Amino acid sequence: MATTTPPTFRGTSRAANLPDRIFRNGTRALGWAVVGILVLIGIVLSVSGSQAFATFGPGFITGTTWDPVKDVYGALPYIVGTLAAATIAIVLAMPLGVLTAVYLAELAPRRVAIPLTFMIELLAAIPSVVFGLWGVFVLSPLLRSTVEAWFVENLGWIPIFAGPSFGVGLFAAGVILAIMILPTIVSISREVISSIPGSHREAMFALGATRWEVVTKAVLPAARSGIVGAVILGFGRALGETMAVTMVIGNAQSIPTSIFGQSQTIASKIATTFSEASVGIQTSSLIALGLILLVITLALNVIARTLVAQAAGGAVGAD
Amino acid sequence: MTIDRPLRVGGLTLATAIVLAACGGGASTAPTIAPTTAPGATAEESTGPTSPEPPTGDVVLQGAGATFPNPLYQVWFEAFNYQYNNIQIDYQSIGSGGGIKAITEGTVDFGASDAPMKDAEIAALPAGSAMLHIPTALGAVVVIFNLGDLKDLNLDSDNVANIFLGKITKWNDPAIAANNPGVALPDQAIRVVHRSDGSGTTNAFTTYLDTVSGEWHDSVGKGKEVNWPVGIGAPGNDGVAGGVKGDANLGAVGYVELNYATTAGLTSARLKNVAGKFVAGSTDGVTAAAEGAAADFPADFRQAPIINGAGDGTYPIASYTYLLVYKEQTDAIKGQTLVAFLYWALTDGQATEGGLGYAPLPAPIREKALSELHAITAGGSPIWP
Repeated sequence: MATTTPPTFRGTSRAANLPDRIFRNGTRALGWAVVGILVLIGIVLSVSGSQAFATFGPGFITGTTWDPVKDVYGALPYIVGTLAAATIAIVLAMPLGVLTAVYLAELAPRRVAIPLTFMIELLAAIPSVVFGLWGVFVLSPLLRSTVEAWFVENLGWIPIFAGPSFGVGLFAAGVILAIMILPTIVSISREVISSIPGSHREAMFALGATRWEVVTKAVLPAARSGIVGAVILGFGRALGETMAVTMVIGNAQSIPTSIFGQSQTIASKIATTFSEASVGIQTSSLIALGLILLVITLALNVIARTLVAQAAGGAVGAD
Repeated sequence: MTIDRPLRVGGLTLATAIVLAACGGGASTAPTIAPTTAPGATAEESTGPTSPEPPTGDVVLQGAGATFPNPLYQVWFEAFNYQYNNIQIDYQSIGSGGGIKAITEGTVDFGASDAPMKDAEIAALPAGSAMLHIPTALGAVVVIFNLGDLKDLNLDSDNVANIFLGKITKWNDPAIAANNPGVALPDQAIRVVHRSDGSGTTNAFTTYLDTVSGEWHDSVGKGKEVNWPVGIGAPGNDGVAGGVKGDANLGAVGYVELNYATTAGLTSARLKNVAGKFVAGSTDGVTAAAEGAAADFPADFRQAPIINGAGDGTYPIASYTYLLVYKEQTDAIKGQTLVAFLYWALTDGQATEGGLGYAPLPAPIREKALSELHAITAGGSPIWP
């Protein structure tokens, strides 16, 4: 064993090499353990959830009824709710987050940028249940009487903006999620933009470009891959967020037709009903829901990495 | 250097405190060094009608289950520990379903559940074992509403069912007005708020709806979690209360446990009972309902929620909450502790219930539960003969 690996580097003796090998093998084992944990989670979810898939087949994914009394379970309302809430969050948070990052990295003077960055990152430290409480008592009544009232009155003829609005619902959940994922998007995008070499900007300025042109034509294209990565990371967090969403989304069991309607996400469904679920098909169905969420999140990560890898070809971006 | 002095003094005080605490601990545990009680010895002590005594050695019991009786149980365990310093009971309020799972797997010494165990859950118990349901208290479900300054509202069972079916959508519906003569009901849309998590409260409430409405029975049914025809879901009693109270939620209606409504000061409706009277939720009305239904109490103690119990002052939605214990205790000492605690809960413990918003057991059920304690065995022989 030891004789097959001669100390080729740095000319050290075998004795001196030993800690090095322990370190290398130890870290390798830990690295693979992380992969192993993911595989184990997948296996456990598949095995425990198999009863639901065996009973309902593909109907489990397309079914729209979740009825523990009759033991009929369909996941579609929760899949739709999860994706819809996260999408609303991204639509709101992406422009806000990227523009904030541009301001912080390109425009703001240092004495403004540093405290502002700190405060935005502080948002990430607020527990999600606090966001939920704030959502219930402050945000949703406010949204109901302002934004939602305006949309329902003026654009209510478009089905996705139709009333009635109760404050709690998909839109409120989307707004809360947008605030929660903002720190992720802002801090990663800011890092990426800051890492663009100054020579890019100087070259543009030398050509007589305005600040706007520098940002839109030199900085943002170069940072695109990193920004896409930041947005997808934010989307991933929005998909899995549980507590704050549960408190404001309204937890209805049907597919919402309006963004002001009530819905429920996979994570909040599992969190609120698992402890009282009866052993058997109901528990299995909840675990199968978890498997679906895992697959959605994994698929999203693969797509994100592919996008970043493609965009990174030639562009200067964050890793 | 000068800073050091107060620190040193602090250290000395701390050390003294530790020594004193250690002495205190030693003093209180000293009597318990008496020989550990063998099952035979206790059997001799507690022959006849005398109360079962807990063992004298240190015992820690672990329990888990329902959240609804948790405030009551915490008070009980503290009071019991005050009386018997050597007994400590830890309880995790993880939910009835979790309690049933935990006692089935044997990870706790006792479980707790609002709804009695289903046949399927009993079938899942370890082979050869039997579970006893010991009722400890009664709860009720009240219908809370938000109509601003309007605080008095009468509802009959059809009103409640049709509101939660989504068939009555306005507060000034003639069917509601018929039960509230002289009350100016507003032309306000009704907004239903229900529990989004599985709960014994939902089980009791949907059992009521299932009993009083044929349409509810056919389309929804009863259980800890149902497929609600209308409404917004909110987690927990406080979630539902949060969705009902406040100016922003005018017109909302929901249901919570009586003890929660009492402590949170929520406005609840009077429901029409079987005698045709409109009664507000109260612990007296609940105990009365249970007393009226006592004759039909099942032999295995698995009593479904009591809907429309007979009697003038009865409240129409009442349900028992249970502690779950194995009939055959594998650990004699723990078994002896459990029996002693259950005896205490069914006797002295009952007095603390009303003040916490729980309804005490009616006398006949209390007697039945006490006699059930004689059935608990350890090593094949009764712990409290």
